[in-house]
Amino acid sequence: MRYITPRKAATGLGSTRSGTADHWAMTVSAWALLILTPFFMITVGGAIGLPREELIAHFGRPWPGIVTALFVIVGMVHFMKGTRIMIDDYFQHSARKAAIIVSVIFGWAVIAAAVFALAKMALFTIAI
Amino acid sequence: MADVNRGNRPLSPHLQVYKLPIAAVTSILTRATGHALVAGILLLVWWLVAAVSGPGAFAAADWVMRSWLGFLILTGSAWALWYHLLAGIRHLFYDAGYMLEIEQAEKSSWAIIIGSVVLTLLTLILFFIF
Repeated sequence: MRYITPRKAATGLGSTRSGTADHWAMTVSAWALLILTPFFMITVGGAIGLPREELIAHFGRPWPGIVTALFVIVGMVHFMKGTRIMIDDYFQHSARKAAIIVSVIFGWAVIAAAVFALAKMALFTIAI
Repeated sequence: MADVNRGNRPLSPHLQVYKLPIAAVTSILTRATGHALVAGILLLVWWLVAAVSGPGAFAAADWVMRSWLGFLILTGSAWALWYHLLAGIRHLFYDAGYMLEIEQAEKSSWAIIIGSVVLTLLTLILFFIF
């Protein structure tokens, strides 16, 4: 056991470096999501319950497609960074590393799936 | 210092009898709602991918979306999203150095709780009208 305060232990280690970058990224994505959320809820709320053809045509249009894609991309980046803070709080050592890896892979997989579906809908809508 | 009995003193805080302040509850809920939103986004993305996969896949996703479970997840996600958004606004104020006094934090806590419930009800009303 070291008989020094946390303040003393941190002295001389320099700035938090990427810690401030993460905080700033959370601030920027928070503002983006603040603007996107009402539009996203309207565009998704208007699509729930639609038949398949109408649903594809709905998200194939520019505004619903772009709003939904942006919300999922920015939302999942915000999620990955937010989860990272939670992981740093509650996990240590290899469990922490494993949790970060799972969180980042999961985040990008969700983004890829959403972008793929929306792109396919947009391209299908051009065809008709 | 030597004659102080360090082994037999009550430990603080007593988690079993400690009543969480409303500001702590709303702070914890911010993190909880943020992570719980995974359920809503997964359902939504599954629904989108199913729509471009084929009629069978879409029928399954659409059925879940319209089921009571889907209603529960979507309504819960709407509340979680509004709650997280309002709590996020408060965090932006906190970061800028405002509203940090205890009384202000208690007031903003109630504003977040009441505001998120009102916005969720409004969302449901608008959804069922249109």
